[in-house]
Amino acid sequence: MQITSNDFKQAASRKLADPKVQKALRNAKGKLVVARAKVILELDNFEEIREDAARIRDFGLLNMDVLLEEWEKRATAAGTIVHWAETAKEVNDLVIEIARQHQVRKIIKSKSMLGEETNLNHALEEAGLDVRETDLGEYIIQQFGETPSHIIAPAVHKSMDDIADLFAEKHKRPRLDDITALTHEAREILRPHFLDADMGISGANFLVAETGSSMIVTNEGNGRMTTTMPRVHVAITGVEKVVATLEDVSSLLRLLTRSATGQSISNYLSFTTGPKRAGDKDGPGEFHVIIVDAGRTKILASEIREALRCIRCGACMNHCPVYQNIGGHAYGWVYPGPIGSILTPAYKGIENAIDLPNAATLCNQCGVVCPVKIPLPDLMRKLREQQVEKNLRPWTERAGLRVWAWMAARPRVYGAFVRVASRMGKLLGDRSGLLHRLPGAGAQWTSGRDLPAPKGKTFRELYARHRGGKSS
Amino acid sequence: MKVGLFVTCLVDLMRPSIGFAALKLLESAGYEVVVPSEQTCCGQPGYNSGDRRAAQMLAKKMLAEFSGCDYVVVPSGSCGGMIRAHYPELLAEFPELGAEVEAIARKTFELTDFLVNVARIDSVPGQFSGSVTYHDSCSGLRELGVKAQPRALLGKVPGLSIREMQKPEECCGFGGTFAVKYGDISTRIADLKCEDAQSVHADAIVLGDLGCMLNIEGRLRRRGDSKTRVLHVAEVLAGMTDPSSDMDRRTGS
Repeated sequence: MQITSNDFKQAASRKLADPKVQKALRNAKGKLVVARAKVILELDNFEEIREDAARIRDFGLLNMDVLLEEWEKRATAAGTIVHWAETAKEVNDLVIEIARQHQVRKIIKSKSMLGEETNLNHALEEAGLDVRETDLGEYIIQQFGETPSHIIAPAVHKSMDDIADLFAEKHKRPRLDDITALTHEAREILRPHFLDADMGISGANFLVAETGSSMIVTNEGNGRMTTTMPRVHVAITGVEKVVATLEDVSSLLRLLTRSATGQSISNYLSFTTGPKRAGDKDGPGEFHVIIVDAGRTKILASEIREALRCIRCGACMNHCPVYQNIGGHAYGWVYPGPIGSILTPAYKGIENAIDLPNAATLCNQCGVVCPVKIPLPDLMRKLREQQVEKNLRPWTERAGLRVWAWMAARPRVYGAFVRVASRMGKLLGDRSGLLHRLPGAGAQWTSGRDLPAPKGKTFRELYARHRGGKSS
Repeated sequence: MKVGLFVTCLVDLMRPSIGFAALKLLESAGYEVVVPSEQTCCGQPGYNSGDRRAAQMLAKKMLAEFSGCDYVVVPSGSCGGMIRAHYPELLAEFPELGAEVEAIARKTFELTDFLVNVARIDSVPGQFSGSVTYHDSCSGLRELGVKAQPRALLGKVPGLSIREMQKPEECCGFGGTFAVKYGDISTRIADLKCEDAQSVHADAIVLGDLGCMLNIEGRLRRRGDSKTRVLHVAEVLAGMTDPSSDMDRRTGS
């Protein structure tokens, strides 16, 4: 996917001013948050499970090389064909190559964010292949010709009305205005494609080293059909998705679905261990797994390594006050919200996503809900430090901070400065003690807010007088 | 017991009454309070803006100024959180300061946390006639666990009733420099906070961080609400909420 993250500010403003997007965001807002809050109460040791989940993920990351080899050995023994891809382009080339080998014409896809990273659909279409997204949200987005705005609810920025209009136009049927009816219609339209597709493409939530399985977590059943019905199945997934045991997966699942959709468990958990065996009723004749780096191992060796723990639940964005108000597209790449603000600069280059680590209040609502305890605000701060070290911040900001710190380290100079600022602020304030317009960086403040003016004297000078008064 | 009061740079410049209210509360709880006169800033603006070196310089200055105190009390969850939760990481490159950093992190408290869990006071000097709604500022809440403490103390103020808003724990959109880097997003988040707070029709929004106060009050006034007051919890607890009281008289000079 083309990165447009350096257009964040303008894009965010456009989203704030777009009544359709705002309406959809307001409708969605809170639903997943409330569902999650309710369902985690089922677990009386939620915090302990989070600790455990973070440990499981760290173990997987720190032993990635060994676990992946172990996984490959068992997967290969089960008949899986394993490929390794270093870059996004290699992923697309491999999929196209496999499709050619099998004379594939039609492909059905279940959700894959990695596929968004590599712009897989586009590459497949360029190669003359017919690709159909089958996850309902992804299907809607594909029909709109857009990209997902959320990692588990890709069409969350669309209202039911938008979708009803879209379906009426694309399906050439009477317009429906009921969510269930719309879903049924999509299902009817998709069904024949499931039946005559030659290849299924899925992602993988986890790779299980001890069994050589790849697994996906889905709700709609499309994932199960994608991985079992076509004669060839290709799963693409990141190197970081490997965990040691099935027991580990079970622990992670207790948190994943609860954190993502507020479900105790999802409707489908599909484990795939090799292709169809003799005697199996269904399953693909050939099963390929493409293990992808695309920037991941670079993070493994960096100070933001914890970001790779991510199990893609989306809780951080659901709870983020910034995401809740601007939606996902403004972030300008595949992963929006807090985790996207870290992964985007990490995968695509820090200079290509200057705003993202800064566009957060550091409220840490994301950090406290993250099921694998990624310290998201701390990682954003690390990226901010890297921006300063690499001179990527505007000179005015750097100078401002330097002058501030220089003065704050010199109490006398600082005292004189704030005394003047306090007096000036008071003078410029109106009768109710408010400043309505500030110059420079302050203009961003007063464009939407007043500023309660200083009172004319600083605490330190009043306190000095107060002490003087006391002792005399 | 000697308590060092760190008033914070924002209180020093923008709203000195909060510093005096904190002073009054600590003194009436029976502590000897010192206010190091060279204090300026804890370093948080630099730390959150990626200027680690500037933050380290100011953190070291803070360490030196408060080294003689048994406790450091801060009328701000975000500056308190900076010292307690972030100094250890920020100053990890200076192992020679390890013991001092550990000490200041241990002895630093947000004001209401200190009054409830260390001073264990059972009455407060203030009174207030009316209702308030309490906003939980993010750092105090999530870095220091400040949630029940201010409510317990407000419950002791004669005449005061608390009306909880729907989402007191939602960020107000301030976020330090975020508020001036992303003004329109910040304003929108503040809007939601204002709507939630206004929906309970309280006489005042009370909170423990001046940054969030300026943001919420600034947005409220711009929205045309000149009635709902925005007060620091220290001002309410100390009974220093009278807008007509003159600062010079109050300080006894």
